[in-house]
Amino acid sequence: MHNIATAAVAVVSEDKVGERPPIVPHLGELIFGAVVFLALLWVVAKYVVPKLEQAYAERTAAIEGGMAQAEEAQKEAEAAKAQYEAQLADARAEAAQIREDARAQGAQIVAESREQAGTEAARIADSAQKSIEAERQQAAVTLRNDVGRMSTDLAGRIVGESLEDETRQRGIVERFLAELEAGQVTPEKVGGASSGDATVAGGSPSAGGATPAGAES
Amino acid sequence: MSYTVLAAVSGLSAASDSGDGFEAPTPEEFYQPLFGSGDFSFTRPMALFAISAVLIAAFLIVTTRKAAVVPGKGQWITEQGYNFVRNGIAQDIIGSKEFLRYVPLLFTLFCTILVNNLFGVIPPFQYPTMGRVGFPIALALLVYVIYQVLAFKRKGVIGYLKSLIPDGLPTAIVPLILFLEIITYFVTRPVTLALRLFGNMFAGHLLLLLFILGGEYMMFHADGIHMKVFGAGSYILAAAMTVFEILIEALQAYIFTMLAATYIADSLSDHH
Repeated sequence: MHNIATAAVAVVSEDKVGERPPIVPHLGELIFGAVVFLALLWVVAKYVVPKLEQAYAERTAAIEGGMAQAEEAQKEAEAAKAQYEAQLADARAEAAQIREDARAQGAQIVAESREQAGTEAARIADSAQKSIEAERQQAAVTLRNDVGRMSTDLAGRIVGESLEDETRQRGIVERFLAELEAGQVTPEKVGGASSGDATVAGGSPSAGGATPAGAES
Repeated sequence: MSYTVLAAVSGLSAASDSGDGFEAPTPEEFYQPLFGSGDFSFTRPMALFAISAVLIAAFLIVTTRKAAVVPGKGQWITEQGYNFVRNGIAQDIIGSKEFLRYVPLLFTLFCTILVNNLFGVIPPFQYPTMGRVGFPIALALLVYVIYQVLAFKRKGVIGYLKSLIPDGLPTAIVPLILFLEIITYFVTRPVTLALRLFGNMFAGHLLLLLFILGGEYMMFHADGIHMKVFGAGSYILAAAMTVFEILIEALQAYIFTMLAATYIADSLSDHH
């Protein structure tokens, strides 16, 4: 190659440019380089860079558009989520409310039934008391009759004749019993101990049984 | 690596003693006029530069003519490069407020330098256009004019000079700093911007040339079996350095573009 170059230099032997130090420019190359470069610069500035910048701008717009779209979608999703959450919270609150209501209702029912039961119990107790009272009174009446009859029988047997009718007619026994109840008659020993035995035997049980009855009524 | 070079060169010089020996490639070989002569001859790098411009323009226009929101394959490739310059360089360095105005310049710079640098290793071009100092100077000059005009328009002459001095500097050393900063902004920056690119491409290509031509010479023209071994070694090194060279070519394109953006950003910002 160097031979060719040397030959070329030799051909233009009158040309001393090749013998210059390499740092001294060849004027033609300098001017040519500047002109060609400026032409290329013009082409690039006029046809290449605007196209690329336009593509860049479009790309940026497209990306930003996509981003805006994505943002919108995200907002929508967030709104939907918030809505769902609100609904869920509502549902929870409602469930809690229902539970609360049910509890209150249950408590009310319990209270009501307790009250009812209490009333019933009171009623039952009352009626039991009443029936007991009625039976007691009946028993007292029966007892009174029986005691009266028995005592008259006894008295008749002791006296030896039947006092029954007369006594009944006269209401002696009732009066006696009433007096006894009223506390007007105090059991006392009538006569001697032997004669009083019967009275005591007859009167004591009646007095013992009548006094509490009288006090009770 | 440099020892190997030295060894190779010394071997060559030993061989060159025996008459028609190896001639190391010289900077003069970079000058390859196709027609014409003198400063206005049409040279090979000029043709390559024109080809690169046409290729770049065609590729960019074809891939972006129907620029779509969802890019095709070609548009995707263009966008990778464009993204890199637009967001990775322009936006990061100039700031998101005004960077868009300078994206065409930076993107064109990056594409042009990258493609022309890669021409250094891509057959059939195999010539780094930026290894001819005229092209880097043309690009650096353009960047220089732009950032100086911007700075003067933004800040005015006094404002520009004031912006060169950091805040809170002792008054005594202000003139010195101002002098250094003026040299930096008006001389060092454009010169280094151009020469960095030129130097890397020129030296890299010269080195590749040396290893390949030297390898060829030792392999096929020199006497002795040990020369064949040296030649093979030279070729292997050349291949390795080609890979390395590709890295440097891409890196230099990035550095040039990044520095251009930095200078522009400096002109736009209020402070030093």
